[in-house]
Amino acid sequence: MMFRIQPAMLKIAAAAWLLGATGAMADTTLEFTQWWEPELPAGSLKAIMNDFEAANPGIKVTLVSGPYATTRDQISVGAATGTLSDVVGLDGAWVNNLNAQNALADMNPMMDASGFDKTQVADIIKVDGKAVMFPVASFVYPVFVNMDLAAQAGVTKLPSTRAEFLEAAKKMTHADKNQYGWVLPLSLQTPSGVQNDLMSWVWASGQSMMADGKPALEGKPVVDMLTFVKSLNDAGVISPGIATKTEQEKVEEFVNDRVGMMIDSLAHVNLIRERNPKLNFDLIPVPVVENYNGKRGLPYASWGIGISAASKHQEEAWKLVQYLMSEKVNAKLVSLANAFPGNVNAKPDFVTSDKAFAKAFEIYKTGYLANEFTGLPVAEDLMTKFDVEAQKMLAGEQSPEQAAANAQKGWMAKF
Amino acid sequence: MTRQKRSHHRLKRAVAPYLYLSPSLLIIGLLMLLPMVTVIGYSFQNSAVLRRDPSFAGLKHYQAIFADPVFWASLWHTLYFTCMSVVFHMTIGMVFALMLNSDRINPTLRNILRVLYILPWLFTAVIIAVIWRLLLEPNGVVNSVLMQMGIIGSKVEWFSSPATALHAVTFANIWAGYPLFMVSLLAGLQGIPRDFYEAADIDGAKAYQKLIFITIPQLMPIIISISLLDFIWTMQVFPLIWITTGGGPIYSTEVLSTYTYKLAFSSYNLSQASASAVVILLISLGLTLLYIRYQKAR
Repeated sequence: MMFRIQPAMLKIAAAAWLLGATGAMADTTLEFTQWWEPELPAGSLKAIMNDFEAANPGIKVTLVSGPYATTRDQISVGAATGTLSDVVGLDGAWVNNLNAQNALADMNPMMDASGFDKTQVADIIKVDGKAVMFPVASFVYPVFVNMDLAAQAGVTKLPSTRAEFLEAAKKMTHADKNQYGWVLPLSLQTPSGVQNDLMSWVWASGQSMMADGKPALEGKPVVDMLTFVKSLNDAGVISPGIATKTEQEKVEEFVNDRVGMMIDSLAHVNLIRERNPKLNFDLIPVPVVENYNGKRGLPYASWGIGISAASKHQEEAWKLVQYLMSEKVNAKLVSLANAFPGNVNAKPDFVTSDKAFAKAFEIYKTGYLANEFTGLPVAEDLMTKFDVEAQKMLAGEQSPEQAAANAQKGWMAKF
Repeated sequence: MTRQKRSHHRLKRAVAPYLYLSPSLLIIGLLMLLPMVTVIGYSFQNSAVLRRDPSFAGLKHYQAIFADPVFWASLWHTLYFTCMSVVFHMTIGMVFALMLNSDRINPTLRNILRVLYILPWLFTAVIIAVIWRLLLEPNGVVNSVLMQMGIIGSKVEWFSSPATALHAVTFANIWAGYPLFMVSLLAGLQGIPRDFYEAADIDGAKAYQKLIFITIPQLMPIIISISLLDFIWTMQVFPLIWITTGGGPIYSTEVLSTYTYKLAFSSYNLSQASASAVVILLISLGLTLLYIRYQKAR
């Protein structure tokens, strides 16, 4: 049978092509660089993007995903060369540098123009008055306690103050059995231990390592914290190998019943359960100084989001940011990530279904998020400098006061 | 053949080798020369890479790193790490090569030893770093064995103590790198004519005399070549030190490669990092020229 092309068919084909072509031309493609996709269940971030595309016809999103460190380097180079993606995943530690390069757009005008309700977001990270980042998901750092070790050591009341923590750590330590009360990772390879395991003690008591936007490391809060950590070290309750210990090793030691307590990310709860399903642990807030009754600062790391200053599609990029910060979508995303929401009204589903997360959520609600490294210049470098001085102190080369003074000198050079 | 044709032919002959070489030259230019020249350029700029309009800085960044005591500590650690590694690679490589070349060892045992001795070469730097971190951790096997033998009284923090960290990473690197020497020297040993040893036997030479007057002189070209190459490679070792100690504790294992990395990716000071990289380049270049001169002299 001969197939004959009818004029009507030609017309339909031409119309379809025309519609498709004009549709394609009308589409805006947003590039979204982040490290979240590999850390989320496979396909889940893409599914959220598909929902966004369905809700916003004419906007397509291309995900550029990679591990954290690669993404950080990619963003640094992109900022320098003006090729930063339209929407970028951000860590609070990066924003100062990126802002100095004028790489991030100020989201204040976008919020005003769209009537965005600023009270619904947990935080807005500002540098020089510019709103450059929203924390989308926050991973808080409470203290994990091995309840079996605590019971064996006769620790019936979990520590709430530093003095109680020292006592509990002493009771849990049995060096002959390779068992210690606390673990402190201060490897220079990843100096985040300074933020999560040292400064968290300062923030927990509502104190600060800064004063008037400048470092105040010689002040009482930081010196007291260093003195406290030194007393733990002198008492021999910290697991050995501090100077080269990484966060992963810290978690491994906790999982293997070798340490009684550790300050760690809530994001590791599932990992800990996978590695040792029998481990009986509980979560408590970071202990505070004596007689402190105020709200407790809760250290956190976050998945932040911002918009490139060089983006030609800032309006569309803002739609994506708004979408991810909206109550329902934010709740969905943080439920997948086991994180706490960037939208204060969002309630992740794990909070009701999981006891440990429910406890952490309670700690989160009664305290406030605290991470003073967010927005500081070369935050990682500052942590390295502090790390070196803390290591010298723990090696007995200097006093807590000298460590604080030397760190202050190093930090001031960067401000 | 006319004069014009002859000159055309000569030109073709002169150009032809360069045409054959051009693909390689292009690749070398793009992958090696261009990045090298770019990094040298960055070292003379302020806020290199991070600014779109970097200003000329002159020698400022070189002055800054030369004024930094950590840089000099890193240089000293690099020299210690490299020299010790090369000397021990050579010594252990030589001992094992002589052992594997000896007729006194049972052939089956020799084959087993050959496999065992070459094992460290099969592991990547990351695996080697992880193995040694596990072995040398305070609660690890090494401390346990040494304590049971009564050699140490308490747990030693091999990588975490400023007193032992540099020796510990150097030890791990020695373990990882001797097979190169062993294999090269074994090949060299098998190439030494047996007549030399037979003549020495007739003259009543002892084993150590044969080693000093025959074996080592015969192996000298290999020893010098491999030592120079090992020196260049070891000087640039990064993953092993980064994964085991991160340059710490304090700055006790900071070497030029970790110092440069921290400047670039922790301080985001890519200009100073480039200056530091250029210093490494100059040291490597000096050694490479030495190697080339030696090869030419042969």
